[in-house]
Formats: sequence, C-alpha cells, structure tokens
Amino acid sequence: MVLAMHMSDGLVNPPTALAFGAIAVIGLAVASSRARRDLDDRTAPMAGLVTAFVFAVQMINFPILPGASGHLLGGAIVAMLVGPWVGSMCIAIVLVVQALLFADGGLTALGTSIVNMALVGVFVGYAVAFALRGLARRSRRGLIITAFVAGLVNVVVASLGFVLQYAIGGAGGADIGTVLTLMVGLHTLIGIGEGIITAATVGAIAASRPDLVYLLRRPGPPLDVRGRAVSGSTS
Amino acid sequence: MSAGHSHPLYLHGSSPVHRLPAEVKIVAAFLGVVCVVVTPREAFAVFGGYLLLLAAVWAVARIPPGWIAARSLIEAPFVVLAVLLPFTGEGPMVEWPLLGDTVLTLSEPGLLGAWNILVKGTLGVLTSLTLAATTPLRDLLLGLQRLRAPSLVVTIATLMLRYVDVIAAEARRMRLARISRGHDPRFLWQAGATARGVGALFIRSYERGERVHLAMLSRGWAGEMPRLSDAVTTRRQWAAGLCPVAVALALAVTGLVTA
Repeated sequence: MVLAMHMSDGLVNPPTALAFGAIAVIGLAVASSRARRDLDDRTAPMAGLVTAFVFAVQMINFPILPGASGHLLGGAIVAMLVGPWVGSMCIAIVLVVQALLFADGGLTALGTSIVNMALVGVFVGYAVAFALRGLARRSRRGLIITAFVAGLVNVVVASLGFVLQYAIGGAGGADIGTVLTLMVGLHTLIGIGEGIITAATVGAIAASRPDLVYLLRRPGPPLDVRGRAVSGSTS
Repeated sequence: MSAGHSHPLYLHGSSPVHRLPAEVKIVAAFLGVVCVVVTPREAFAVFGGYLLLLAAVWAVARIPPGWIAARSLIEAPFVVLAVLLPFTGEGPMVEWPLLGDTVLTLSEPGLLGAWNILVKGTLGVLTSLTLAATTPLRDLLLGLQRLRAPSLVVTIATLMLRYVDVIAAEARRMRLARISRGHDPRFLWQAGATARGVGALFIRSYERGERVHLAMLSRGWAGEMPRLSDAVTTRRQWAAGLCPVAVALALAVTGLVTA
C-alpha cells in the first residue's frame, strides 16, 4: 500500500533512477534555501522536530479493513502546517533515514521516491490547499474540506509520479494502462483515508493553535519598531 | 544521548564491518546496489553471485543469515506489482501445469519482469539491511557529515533522530491516556480520536521545537552542529570497504558480457 512511497531497487532502469536522483537533489537544494527564509535561525530545530513528528506519526497505524492497516504519509499535513519548503525537506529526510536505517525503499530508488513524495506530493498538495485558501480561511468546515482534498490529491499525485517513472523507464513488462489503473485506483482509496485523517488533524490544530497553520498565516504589516520615539518620550 | 540510542535494525557487534567508518559503508552499499541494478535480468547465475558476496559480508560481520532473512520480509509490500506482471503481461505465453487439467497461462516477458523486480529488490533490501545492522545511528550521521551532505540536512536528521523516540513515546502515552479515560480503539471509529491525537502531537512537537531552539541558543548554538568526531578515515579503510564493491563490479561486468 505504500508502493509510491518506497520504491524498491530495480523497479525503474538506471538512467531513469539517475535522472530523478538529479531532480531530487536540485529540488531539495532549492527547498532548503527557501526553508531557511521561512524559519530563519529556527530552521534546524523546528524542521528537526517536525520531521520527528512525521516519523512518529508514520508509526501510528490506522485500520483500513479488518486485518489491514495503513499509516499516514503526512505530505499534505506538513505542507499545510509548515509550508511546502520545510515540508518537502522533512519528508525527504524521513525517506533518506528510512532507506539507510530501516531498509525501507531501495538506495538507488531514493531519487524517484523523493521526487514522488517529497517534491511532487508535497507541492501539489500545497498548491491545492493554496488554491482553496479562500475557502479554508472562511470557516472551520472550509478548512476541513481543504485539508481533505489536499490529503487525497497528495497521495494520488504521488502515485501518478510513480506511473510516470514507470512509463519512462519501467523495468517490468507490465502494460502501462494496467499499472495506471491499478496504482491510481489503489491510491485513491488510500488517499481518501489520508484525506480524512489530514482533515481531522488540521482541524484539531486550527481549533487550538491556528497560528501554527502555515496556510492560514497572512503576511502581517511589518513590525514597526518605535524604540527612538519611546526613549525620546521617557527622557 | 550518546549511549543506548540505537535503531531497531542495529545488531550490536564489534566485527571489522561494524568498525568500518560509516561513510565507507554507505558508499559501498550504494555502489553495490548500482551494480545489481545494471545487471541484465537474464544473467541468472550472476544474481546468485551477489547473494554469495552478501553472505560473505554477513560472515565477516557475524550477522546470522536467519536474522537478515526474518527482517527482509519488510520488502513484501514493495513487490506486489511483481506478482501481477506474469498475469497482465503480453507476448509469448508460458503454460504451467497445475493439478489435473488446470493450466496456468503466464506471460513470458511478464515473468521476466517480475523476476527482475523481485531479485533486484531483494538484493537491495539485503544490502540495506546489512548497512543498517552494522551502523549505529551516531556513526551514520557522522558518515553523512563526512560525505559532505548539506549541513542543514545533517542537522535536521540529527535532531530528528534524537527526538523521534521522545515523540513516539509521547504518542504512546497519549494513546494510553485516551484508553484509560474510556476510549475504545476499534475499527474505523478510532480514526477521529486518533487524528485529534495526531493534531495534539503536532502542537506538542512544534512547541518542543521552540523550547529546544531556545535551549540550543542558550548553550551557544551558532547554526552549525559541532563535529561529532575527529577520527580520520584512512585509505586502507576505504580499500577494505570497497573490496566487496570490486567483486560486485566484476559480477556486473560478467553479467553484461554474457547476457
């Protein structure tokens, strides 16, 4: 069920893996420079803790059917909560650590997985949420609907990324139409679950700390420091 | 923090493989998997060679093959696609006699494709498991640092690995607290409460991040993690670590030439 997230070695041919590896490196370089702008000197500790959160959340299993359970991927949640730049860094680091320490996903397939989950998934999820931000800011119900759609689209688009990579350099002999139907069908179901959990989570956070939801933040007026005026009046 | 913080796939030991610097092992594992991936799928014997090579590494590292085998089941969900290929593929079909008159008709390219995904995926997982089993967390971060991974990435990964157990334990405590207050986690109905718990967990993680940041500042944080070790990796260590890669390369060349 986490096919799109953790691709194994040998699923796509070496040139494709190499090309997507290069895209992943460039994408993450851009994301890391923009993440610094979003969080300034707090970048490292905040992103570290948000990444730990993503990692911990992926350990919580939700029931799908009796006997089968799945976990949250978290792409849309982090995109809406900390923004796409920090969010994509977090998901990418989770993927790297899982590949190196937990043998989750192939080492040579890291590039393709990062492009699918950390870049395409997070950014498309954020783009959907950003497009619906008017709705999200209007009411709680609007925010919940936005989060649901972002969670669903995030998963489906990540699986489409896999289908694209498979179409470019798939090492198997499967018909691309079959793969497309299978992957999109499967991930629409997973995406509905992801959407429901994303909506409930973002809704709960917005209820107690709306200031932590990146999507709801508005650029406020620049801070007006009137130190001189104050010191002048007191003297 | 320095002691005990190990990950579930680490197998404690002091073999030569354990003592090798992490960056050597990361590079060797990566290059080894690259060799596997470029090997043509028709070179069946070569894949057996890779398995023998890995078995030799396990012998040196004193990892019981059964230990690795039990953990390699992690791969199972990734190869779902492989199972479908022989049934959905086209081209020349192979007939497989089952019981009585039933004959299973399978696509030949599909079978080859499935074999390709299965064997390369398995060898990849076995390699990653070997790396994880012989490399503790701290060494891995040090290895990434020495491989010139961007410092921001290493710092985030360090903090993440230091706090992931704290946050996971917090999630467990929250679940326990919910249950002790009458929550009955069953089937779909638990999703709502669990998701609200995830929301609370995010707020706690974020606020912990703010506190950690202040604590780091008060201890002189200037935007860069201090170097964790001054040990220098010698050429001999690189040579020792890259030995299996040379064998893998020879195997890959054999495969490319013969197939």
